[in-house]
Amino acid sequence: MSALTSGLVAASETNDHQALTATLFLLVVLLTVGITFWASRNTKTAADYYAGGRSFSGVQNGFAIGGDYMSAASFLGISGAIALSGYDGFLYSIGFLVAWLVALLLVAELLRNSGRFTMADQLAYRMRQTPVRTAAATSTIVVSIFYLLAQMVGAGALVALLLGVDSDAAKNLTIAGVGILMIVYVVFGGMKGTTWVQIVKAVLLMFGTILISVLVLAKFGFNLSDLLGTAADNSGQGSKFLEPGLKYGATTTSKIDFLSLGIALVLGTAGLPHILVRFYTVPTAKQARKSVLWAIGIIGSFYLLTLILGFGAAALVTGDAKDRIVESGGNLASPLLAEAVGGGAGTTGGAILLALISAVAFATILAVVAGLTLTSASSVAHDLYASVWKKGQVTGKDEVRVARIAAFVIGGVAIALAIPGQSLNVAFLVALAFAVAASANLPALLYNLFWKRFNTRGAVWSIYGGLVSSVGLVIFSPIVSGKVDPKTGDNLSLLPASVDISWFPLENPGLVSIPLGFLLGWLGTITSKERTSEERYPELDVRSLTGAGAEK
Amino acid sequence: MAEKVSPQVHAAYERIHASPEFAELKGNYLRFVVPMTVGFMVWYLLYVVCSNWAPGLMGTKVLGNVNVALLFGLLQFLTTFGIAFWYSRYSARRMDPLADALRADFEDEVER
Repeated sequence: MSALTSGLVAASETNDHQALTATLFLLVVLLTVGITFWASRNTKTAADYYAGGRSFSGVQNGFAIGGDYMSAASFLGISGAIALSGYDGFLYSIGFLVAWLVALLLVAELLRNSGRFTMADQLAYRMRQTPVRTAAATSTIVVSIFYLLAQMVGAGALVALLLGVDSDAAKNLTIAGVGILMIVYVVFGGMKGTTWVQIVKAVLLMFGTILISVLVLAKFGFNLSDLLGTAADNSGQGSKFLEPGLKYGATTTSKIDFLSLGIALVLGTAGLPHILVRFYTVPTAKQARKSVLWAIGIIGSFYLLTLILGFGAAALVTGDAKDRIVESGGNLASPLLAEAVGGGAGTTGGAILLALISAVAFATILAVVAGLTLTSASSVAHDLYASVWKKGQVTGKDEVRVARIAAFVIGGVAIALAIPGQSLNVAFLVALAFAVAASANLPALLYNLFWKRFNTRGAVWSIYGGLVSSVGLVIFSPIVSGKVDPKTGDNLSLLPASVDISWFPLENPGLVSIPLGFLLGWLGTITSKERTSEERYPELDVRSLTGAGAEK
Repeated sequence: MAEKVSPQVHAAYERIHASPEFAELKGNYLRFVVPMTVGFMVWYLLYVVCSNWAPGLMGTKVLGNVNVALLFGLLQFLTTFGIAFWYSRYSARRMDPLADALRADFEDEVER
């Protein structure tokens, strides 16, 4: 960590605003590490480590959910996509938000009442433990690692960009630094530390976003139409910039691809394991409901503001700075907009706001990766080690020890994969994580809660079926091979241009894999003779709706 | 949860599951969430489909530079906030009192 810090400071000595940025980054690091060690003193039992002692209030958890969910991809990515592709960038925000209604109405409260520490706890409640837990843990770990890798690879490029360092060594050092910090949060702070890091991040993110949005709107006398008009004019696209179609409207295939993505986004959120475990950190189902209501308020306001940030960047950032946004694929739109509304490059106000927004982006990355690492480590320790391997014959202390080791190993693996992963375009991994969550996790969760007959084979088939089909279809999609830029002839796939194994035309598998997950869950259930799961359904039904016998 | 519940606890769950109060609770819950889920999914998919296949409609300007696409998108936010708020009111009135009473019943029975 100190190596990272001194590296960052050394790299930024050349420039005042970079020194300021580095100082703010350091403050974020000190603050979050401080919180972690404070939290570690109050982490004693397994319930403390996995679920923060179930002691968070609905409001606190609502902020933490916001902190867990609003990744750098949404903060920098969506505003950047709006700045570059106009309206189409906004389409993501809507799917990401509407998805919370699935979580609110169908999942949050019932899961809080019927689960314990992990997603698998809920799914395995009335099933045979070993097969269902193994499947649910596999899916949890795959989804979390995909999401984690996308964030870590992004972090390397992003922090380097924000600090203005360019060398590969600096990027590798950044990824290692982010990885080490995330290990520290999770190993020492557990769920309590991670939650507080997420709460702090959510507050910083909302503060930063509101501040810049107000400054942008003030430039246009708080007239939204003026802002939109200037953005459209400066984009060079005219009124097309304010309509859907610039990014996804090219061909019928790209339109169907967007439909597929839209379905995965709206159904994926309520199946993301790192979101699901957040519902265990509150004492009752009512507080779980309250957390989702707060989360919807926070996340919704945030996505509305990204609209102002994105169109604001298109309208106000011009000249060299605009070229830098294009070069960064949109990621620098918000930071450079902050600089512009602060007074422009070279001004004190511009430097301060740029540094502030960069630090917010940094905090955002840290909070999200911590939540993902904790979720996968919990699943390894609680599901695979304690339940599948030791058949429940372990103490809580033992489990927590294994969870800490797992967090260390997962963090190390993530660093080791993210460093070589920088040369690949891994942005698709986030969309894939949503698709797997919607295809493998959501069908099993909904069947388990609402279908009495659902049983072990149904659960196993729907989880593995959704997982294998979504990942498998991506392997044979244009993401992996066979995609060539029609204009330049450049290879846009992961594999070299000489290899083409693609036959599935869509980059987003949800349109096929989500129905398949539901279908296999049904088929597995009706072909199995198991009846014990049906006998135990009244327990799950009463427990999930009333909270009778729920974990306290 | 790995551990099985005792026969006595299982019987308490069975009894509550068969009670008219529980049927009322579950009925109230499903009566709200099922139509609402169908509703917001159709509404959202309509938005996605229009974005893809109805560019003329979406590009129509309504007020200054504000077009149908933007209003439709903002309406999605509004309905999301609205449904969330409506559910919080509904659940507090039609579900929580029933759930609290049944949970108290269960705790009495199991702890006796």
